[in-house]
Amino acid sequence: MVPDVYYLALSAVLFALGVLGVIVRRNPLVIFMSVELALNAANLALVAFGLRHGSADGQVLVLFVMAVAAAEVAVGLAIIVAIFRLRERLSVDDLSLLRW
Amino acid sequence: MALIAFAALATVAVGSALGLLLRRNPIHGALFLVVNLGAVAGLYLMMGAEFLAAAQVIVYAGAIMVLFVFAIMVLIPGREETGPDPRRPWRLLGVPLAGLLLAQLGAVLLLRRAPAGAPAAPAPAAAPPPVPAAAPAGGVEALGRQLLTDYLLPFELTSVVLLAAMVGVLLLARRRA
Repeated sequence: MVPDVYYLALSAVLFALGVLGVIVRRNPLVIFMSVELALNAANLALVAFGLRHGSADGQVLVLFVMAVAAAEVAVGLAIIVAIFRLRERLSVDDLSLLRW
Repeated sequence: MALIAFAALATVAVGSALGLLLRRNPIHGALFLVVNLGAVAGLYLMMGAEFLAAAQVIVYAGAIMVLFVFAIMVLIPGREETGPDPRRPWRLLGVPLAGLLLAQLGAVLLLRRAPAGAPAAPAPAAAPPPVPAAAPAGGVEALGRQLLTDYLLPFELTSVVLLAAMVGVLLLARRRA
């Protein structure tokens, strides 16, 4: 039996890597995939917490996260495709209209 | 034995996450992410969450990643992030930032009990409630029961969210005449 702290530590590492991907990469699709990575890390932590407390509530929450993530990916990819259909380069640096 | 399996899966997960971050080609990144999601599904199996492992493979590694690969194939040809990055120093600032975040998360894990006088970080419950030995309360049966009793309303609302997302995507993807 693996102690649940190990799962939580792995979840922390994966979450930090996801955040790092969001900050470091320029390609909006890769940024989006990094967001998925971070979401998965959070899911892992939720399941580990559910295991620790011996209840299925954590898994129910993960199921909802998955459903919302599916909706989020569909809408987000549609937005990205709609924006970059009009543009030459595929880089988030070009989308600076709202920057101060 | 379980520890060895955990170590292997964790290595695969972290390695593929690094692959996603470091490879320049987004298709390679997508494939690395599929590997990562599969490793996480294996970890779910180790934690006794069989249904979530299956859902992870079907929904994430299947449906969502297919969507990603499609979007990459539609968008990428000839428009990769090429050339030197004009803002490279600023972007590399993200590495220490992520390290800081990791240190914070590690501190939360390691320092279970808040030291005396620290107002932040409320002390967690001294001991977790004992896990019922009879039924491992994480199986498909328990999950389904919870989903259709205590969480019935959120479960039904999920369908509304998915419908709204579908309609929104159709609206966004429509070519304006």
